[in-house]
Amino acid sequence: MRTRVEVQEQTEVGDALVRGLVRAQLGLALRLAAVVASAVIAILMSGRLFPALITTSVFGVRLNWLVLAVLSYPLLYDVARLYVRLAEQGERDFVRVVDEEP
Amino acid sequence: MTGPSSAALTAAALLAAAVATVALGVYGGRLSRTTSDFLVASRTVGPRWNAAAISGEYLSAASFLGVAGLVAKYGADALWYPVGFTAGYLGLLMFVAAPLRRSGAYTVPDFTEFRLGSPRLRTATMLFVVVICVLYLVPQYQGAGLTLNTLLGLPFWIGPVAVATIVIANVVGGGMRSITFVQAFQYWLKLTAIAIPALTLLALFLADRPTLGGPMPPTVNARTTVAIETDAVVQVDEPHGITVSGTLDGRAVRDALIDSPGLHTLGAGTTITLAAGAATPVVAGAPSTGEEWIGSGGGLGGAHPLYQVLSVVIATFLGTMGLPHVLVRFYTNPDGRAARRTALAVIALLSVFYAFPTLMGAFARLYVPQLLITGTADAAVLLMPQAALAGPTGQLLAALAAAGAIAAFLATSSGLLVSVAGALATDVLRGRVRDFRMAALIGGLLPLPLALAASTLELSRNVGLVFAVAASTLCPLLVLGIWWRGLTAVGAVCGLLTGGIVSGAAAALTLGGGIDDDLLGGWPAVVAGYPAAFSVPLAFVTMIVASRLTRRSIPADTARVFARMHLPERLGMSVERLPGD
Repeated sequence: MRTRVEVQEQTEVGDALVRGLVRAQLGLALRLAAVVASAVIAILMSGRLFPALITTSVFGVRLNWLVLAVLSYPLLYDVARLYVRLAEQGERDFVRVVDEEP
Repeated sequence: MTGPSSAALTAAALLAAAVATVALGVYGGRLSRTTSDFLVASRTVGPRWNAAAISGEYLSAASFLGVAGLVAKYGADALWYPVGFTAGYLGLLMFVAAPLRRSGAYTVPDFTEFRLGSPRLRTATMLFVVVICVLYLVPQYQGAGLTLNTLLGLPFWIGPVAVATIVIANVVGGGMRSITFVQAFQYWLKLTAIAIPALTLLALFLADRPTLGGPMPPTVNARTTVAIETDAVVQVDEPHGITVSGTLDGRAVRDALIDSPGLHTLGAGTTITLAAGAATPVVAGAPSTGEEWIGSGGGLGGAHPLYQVLSVVIATFLGTMGLPHVLVRFYTNPDGRAARRTALAVIALLSVFYAFPTLMGAFARLYVPQLLITGTADAAVLLMPQAALAGPTGQLLAALAAAGAIAAFLATSSGLLVSVAGALATDVLRGRVRDFRMAALIGGLLPLPLALAASTLELSRNVGLVFAVAASTLCPLLVLGIWWRGLTAVGAVCGLLTGGIVSGAAAALTLGGGIDDDLLGGWPAVVAGYPAAFSVPLAFVTMIVASRLTRRSIPADTARVFARMHLPERLGMSVERLPGD
């Protein structure tokens, strides 16, 4: 429990641990945000670079509508679920490290 | 527009939705006693209820009516609006939800004081909270006016006044506790009210499989007369079967035929009659043929379509993080973990909902193409059931859609009003329950004159501008405040003001209708109409640069504040804040 007290009392060691946690969580969020941003740019650009892609139909629905109106929502949800899982895991690991006897 | 029996049915549905709102509000608020009840429902709302309440609150007039209107008008590129409205919660989840909840704050201004310890920054933030909420209330009130006017022929002012009265009564009565119940109920009401008509129309569509992406503009099925209320420029592709009475291209005419394809100006007070099977003229700037409409890259009217879409993406993806009425609901969660799970559930609920307005928007081109003439396509959801289905089925579905619309205005307005009242009561007044009630009354009345005076009625676009303001002010403040130790109070105020003034001026210019579309290749008009792509980076950069220049004033307790925001509750660092502490 000594490490836990270090974190709570904001000693140098404790502060370094908090910094590590914040950096890990921010890194996770930024990496996933980059994934979403690349998907957005890919969708925006694909129509300009490959006009044939837009006029393609799948099951009677134009591809551009299928991607934006249907497929983008499960993608957002999956990214969100992944974030929640990894962020909670990161916090659990942190608590375990902090509560361990050194 | 509708027969007496259907008007009675619609009026009954509207009344039922309103009565249910007030009754649930009274039920939910009966235990509201303390300031904590009024501000954050004493932080006892679990992820499921809270996610339904957040979705119910978030799906405003812009989502219920506006998304379908934009899709009907602009086609594929308008699909970015609902995607962005949903993706906003991903940003909120990853960058804001848990640390904001763990801060223990009870309003956004309170968070900034917790983080940077500056009363002046707190006041500045409070002003932005009030401005964003009041601006956001305006389109809600307008939507109510539009709905009652379209469906029942009532004068425009009755809708805004009715919504203001109901919402003020609910918020004054029970604050956050009472609206949590109401908003959760309203999510399910809105989903039902749009899903059933949309699925019915889908069945109808699949039965006769008309084409949506053809080379022609949409055609009307029966003889249709449309009254033009303000001057409009329309694109006519196929003049056959169109007659005009009133002012055409500046000449007074009576039952005149349009002689040539191209752009024509219709004066206020003109009526335009389309024979059965005639191709519908489309408001200038919107795609007219089915082929243009179904393709991507056409933009949202005006020049530089790629910039427009990019700016809409930035505003909606980041704007949700800066919407005070959404943020305040995250304070009602018991802990940071619940806050994350709430945001995740909201993404699921919104994804389900937005499928239906998108469908309705696509069908609007088939069943109510005459709305494209004036460009007031926001009424599509309300008018389509009866246009597509004759008899009692159409009437019932129309009444259901009307009930959903009124639920949309009421839910969003109550959430906004709780935020305004919370900020005003704790920062301007003294934070007692009586102050909260007083602030709710003032905050609810403020947007009324604006709603009655504002001219433009394209709901989603107006809301898009509010998102741009939120993304340029509170979003950088929260994101940098939560993740960057180097932020200072001076830097935060500079960034807030820069982002707020730039995006606010752009919004004011656009809503005032001030910029000529042809000036300098269309850039000034399009940049003012979609300011987020430059105002958001500008706000971030200003905040960072000004903070670096004043780095000596970084608060001494930043390390402790960061520990409180980011450590899981189990480590026992978090402290709940309340007014007067």
